[in-house]
Amino acid sequence: MTTPAHPASGLQPLAYTPEEKQARRDAAQRAVRRTVVICCSVVAVMVGLSFAAVPLYDLFCRTTGFGGTPRVGTGPSDAVGERAVAVRFDANTSQGVSWQFKPETRSVDVKLGETKTVFYKIVNTSSRPTTGIASFNVQPDLAGAYFVKIQCFCFTEQTLQPGEVMEAPVVFYVDPALAKDRNLRDLSTITLSYTMFPSKDGAPVVKADGDSGKGTDKSQL
Amino acid sequence: MASTAAQAHDGHAYPTGWRRWVLSTNHKDIGTLYLLFALGGGIIGGFLSILMRIELQEPGLQIFANGQAYNVVVTGHGLVMVFFVVMPALIGGFGNWFVPIMIGAPDMAFPRMNNISFWLTVSGFCLLLVSLFVEGAPGTPGFGGGWTVYPPLSVTGHPGPALDFGILALHLAGASSILGAINFITTILNMRAPGMTLHKMPLFAWGVLVTAFLLLLSLPVLAGAITMLLTDRNFGTTFFDPSGGGDPVLYQHLFWFFGHPEVYIMILPAFGAISHIISTFSRKPIFGYLGMAYAMVAIGVVGFIVWAHHMYTVGLSLDTQRYFVFATMVIAVPTGIKIFSWIATMWGGSIRFTAPMVWAIGFVFLFTVGGVTGVVLANAGIDRELHNTYYVVAHFHYVLSLGAVFGIFASWYYWFPKMTGYVCPDWIGKLHFWLAFIGANILFFPMHFLGLAGMPRHYVDYPNAFAGWQYVASIGSYIFAFSLVVFFYGVFVAFARKERAADNPWGEGATTLEWTLSSPPPFHQFETLPRITGSSH
Repeated sequence: MTTPAHPASGLQPLAYTPEEKQARRDAAQRAVRRTVVICCSVVAVMVGLSFAAVPLYDLFCRTTGFGGTPRVGTGPSDAVGERAVAVRFDANTSQGVSWQFKPETRSVDVKLGETKTVFYKIVNTSSRPTTGIASFNVQPDLAGAYFVKIQCFCFTEQTLQPGEVMEAPVVFYVDPALAKDRNLRDLSTITLSYTMFPSKDGAPVVKADGDSGKGTDKSQL
Repeated sequence: MASTAAQAHDGHAYPTGWRRWVLSTNHKDIGTLYLLFALGGGIIGGFLSILMRIELQEPGLQIFANGQAYNVVVTGHGLVMVFFVVMPALIGGFGNWFVPIMIGAPDMAFPRMNNISFWLTVSGFCLLLVSLFVEGAPGTPGFGGGWTVYPPLSVTGHPGPALDFGILALHLAGASSILGAINFITTILNMRAPGMTLHKMPLFAWGVLVTAFLLLLSLPVLAGAITMLLTDRNFGTTFFDPSGGGDPVLYQHLFWFFGHPEVYIMILPAFGAISHIISTFSRKPIFGYLGMAYAMVAIGVVGFIVWAHHMYTVGLSLDTQRYFVFATMVIAVPTGIKIFSWIATMWGGSIRFTAPMVWAIGFVFLFTVGGVTGVVLANAGIDRELHNTYYVVAHFHYVLSLGAVFGIFASWYYWFPKMTGYVCPDWIGKLHFWLAFIGANILFFPMHFLGLAGMPRHYVDYPNAFAGWQYVASIGSYIFAFSLVVFFYGVFVAFARKERAADNPWGEGATTLEWTLSSPPPFHQFETLPRITGSSH
């Protein structure tokens, strides 16, 4: 095959001795191998990072309160501020846990830094012992970083016998540093929300009651 | 490279019949396969979109039984168009065909891996088609949660196997693209002809190189995210399930870390091709070659740090939103460099309005419209109002359906004589262009109005107030679809008339290496490597 000379690109065929050709070929092969190894490592690292994102994101949320993740505190606040906010309480249960779950107080007014205790009432209305664990979230999301829980029933899972009633305490304060956050200047209400999920040995029970919906459960339509 | 050379010397018997195509290791044959595959995918994806437009032409339910069935078609349309039309056409098709030729290489670095890449894409497409017909949500076939596949809808809302097929389809398409990306990077970095430095490399090769790096960095993250989704669905893990401490919003972060670079993956090769077309038909070298190359690099780099502008409504802090607004707007700078350089290339040039040129100019105009609405949507405050409305639909169809697809057709008419050796009558390409241009604008421009008026995405029905513009948009889609008939007629005429194309049918403006070869090029080119002495880009 001939490659015609092209005026614009100035093409010319090249001539090499056999030794030169071999040396160039070896060098090219090494370069190709290096490129491929680097590319494959990049792919492996990115896959690894995508999975590492799960614990890292969790850690990030816990440290920064990102996405409305409340902080966990060891003792009451050092300082008490002037400003007050209303804290509202919300409770939900997911499918697969037949519990009655609601706060005993709808809302309390707290001064920043003031430690408060509220109770949630949990009743197992089903006919068998059930274990549940609550996940929690603060709205608005930005307030998560300032909402400090000292004690909470949600830190551990609960097992309730049929008909058993439980008064579950939450001890919390709102960090006075909230007053300094420009993003939350107009904040008057924080909502603390819980969702109760079925649990077994600390792990979620995905197929509770065997109704995760696999198959054709027309009743859900 | 050595293996390629050896093959060329040992295998003088050229494969014929089905072996030539199924077992192909030839970059031009694989490129042809990719283009044919993308055409097939485009017909299916386009058919799904016509179903949507028939449904939306009037308020109430027309052809779909319920909203879920409609959303299955929406999801299918999105996934097919992104993974099995635009990417195979621009990267697999034109990339395979012309990157090796443009850089003066005999073939791709790994010809067999190239073959695997293609057939993995086909397998992925088959899985995706299967997913449309097996149960997703209880009692209905297919997955209807959108191409983004957000949990919890994708985990608890679709217990049937449809999404599992979908996820595996994306795995295969992703693996194919990663292998393809490694192949392109190795080829471009190691197999350029003597004298072809990176700074002399044609812009299409630059576009594909940047695209390959984006694929390499972003697709593994998608693979990781959808694998977690798969285990959440089937093996009781709780990566994105709050009952076990997971967070669905994390999926959105992971998805868009892939998803935003993905939109540049779909447009950067088109950027490169458009540069060649505009330069050829203005009979001028491209204005600001280095600026054009590094603008693509900049778009690629910045594309990785703007992902959360797709998720302004998940509760990001104001400072985070400020950052993402700013970073997103920064992308307008390198994009602006490209637009203005294209205009500057045409400025004072000896312009010929051939079919590829009108497609390229159409591309520049329509991509600019989509870019401007992108800057509007980059503002977190405005986005809160327009999030998930038809304004967003209009925006991304202007950059993809009108940007990437016009780029594909511009490249098609530009390289058609080179690839087939036949001439496609210019008037057919132009007629195709005007029908597509008018149809697509009638189709997508009213969506801006619908979005501003509050019409949300993914809804099968709407209040009567939206009926007028929805009707207009449907008419536009039929015109756009009819333009494809003209397109296929052009292909038919070219192959029926068999009018031979010259080696360089476009004259002195076409300076890249593919125009130095015969039309169509020989089965193996550059067995003696060309040496590049002048500046050739």
